[in-house]
Amino acid sequence: MKHARVSCYGQIFEAIETEGKLKLSDGRIVEQKDVVFLAPIEAGTIFALGLNYADHANEISFKAPEEPLVFLKGPNSLIGHNGLTRRPKGVETMHYECELAVVIGKKARHVKREDAYEYISGYTIANDYAIRDYLENYYRPNLAVKNRDTLTPIGPWFVDKEDINDPMNLRLYTYVNGEIKQEGSTKDMVFDIPFLIEYLSSFMTLNEHDIILTGTPKGTVNVVEGDEVIVGIEGLGELKNTIVGDEAFAR
Amino acid sequence: MTFQAKARFSSMLEDIQVGPSYIEWKGKKLTEDALTWQPPVTGTVYGTLLNFTEQVEALQSQFNKDPYKKPPIRPIMYIKPKNTFNAHLKEVAIPEEINEVEINATLGIIIGKTATNVKEEEAYHFVEGYTIVNDVSIPHDSYYRPAIKQKARDGFCPIGPWLVGKEHVVDPDNLLIRTFKNDELIQVNHTKELVRSIPRLIQDVTEFMTLYKGDVLLVGVPYNPPKAIVGDTIRIEIDQIGSLENQFVMENVQVAKGEHR
Repeated sequence: MKHARVSCYGQIFEAIETEGKLKLSDGRIVEQKDVVFLAPIEAGTIFALGLNYADHANEISFKAPEEPLVFLKGPNSLIGHNGLTRRPKGVETMHYECELAVVIGKKARHVKREDAYEYISGYTIANDYAIRDYLENYYRPNLAVKNRDTLTPIGPWFVDKEDINDPMNLRLYTYVNGEIKQEGSTKDMVFDIPFLIEYLSSFMTLNEHDIILTGTPKGTVNVVEGDEVIVGIEGLGELKNTIVGDEAFAR
Repeated sequence: MTFQAKARFSSMLEDIQVGPSYIEWKGKKLTEDALTWQPPVTGTVYGTLLNFTEQVEALQSQFNKDPYKKPPIRPIMYIKPKNTFNAHLKEVAIPEEINEVEINATLGIIIGKTATNVKEEEAYHFVEGYTIVNDVSIPHDSYYRPAIKQKARDGFCPIGPWLVGKEHVVDPDNLLIRTFKNDELIQVNHTKELVRSIPRLIQDVTEFMTLYKGDVLLVGVPYNPPKAIVGDTIRIEIDQIGSLENQFVMENVQVAKGEHR
């Protein structure tokens, strides 16, 4: 089942997808265009992976790491489907990153890779934008690159684990203004989902609603104000978002 | 002399009076160890690297070399995730494979309302109060990659004991931070030595990320932090705020599926 959190009729609802429409938790059926999509999960700790596809690591002149490159994000960075992402004035390189997001379903500590899927509740899509101008070589990628407000669209759906046959073999893609720019498959991850859960839970506890953004494949290009960016993953839907400038934020 | 603070013993913050040797809560006078303290905050905890002058000066000669190449420009931030939250008088578990941990005594600024793109001059309007934080870390010499494995261990962020409202703290940019190990003073630090003062830090951080009510901004970690091993008791005292105490013990992990590791 595909779940969403949406705002309409002056309230926030949980909803499920039904024949292309949304069924709200109170039974009402609404069109997708008539709601505001929120992040589908009220996230706990948000983990993100850097350089987790060998082809993308090459693209930005890095060799793939020997140990997962993990960084954390705050809740300020998340926005829902159809949202607006700010591109600050004067920035030279801002790129999208289409990523499979894994949602943790229950407390996980010292989990072995063969048991890892038991601790997952489902999946969603994240677009983990980066503003490369702000990269500094301290705790890189530093928060000024990755944890800016509006920089992480997520959704539209939280999809139950049972609905995804093989999360390690899903096509990912990105369209910018209708043109395909990025294409890959989750099978090309350097560290796969069971590895990541085993790795993280070997030194810390993962909790329900923690989210792991598993990295992006090759094909990240610069996007500018006005661009419409759609990131999609087979079986999970498509997450749309538009780049806006500082004027929209009175900056 | 007593002062007012807010503490959390359940899901909400409650008013307490802190006396010289007792805590007054709901009209009763109790000793600190008679209460079950919880961290006085529930939001996101953001730490700041390289914000004490001594630490920056000590690393100056490395900034232009590999892997850093350039001195830092913006505040270098990190997150202490929820699994790290710990409280006053609770134990901190040192992982089996680790001999010692760093004690990073610091002041936590507790945010009082949504703060986006705040100017330095108005920064204190967005502050609710202050608390004490021990950013426990596994020692690491390189700051090149995020120190998740070193900083995000369960229980590695004691916070508390309480929140002292900003109206009760005269000059937060002029507070002495003292760290005691087994009652011996082992480090002294001072918030007047911050590279970015509290209002400046709030300005430079909220320029790119919103801080919400209940979030905590740590002002910085000390240069050459002292270490603790299993059996040590660490107490951090900050002027006008209070004192946060934790004992360090050996990790005894309950493995998923029940057995001990």
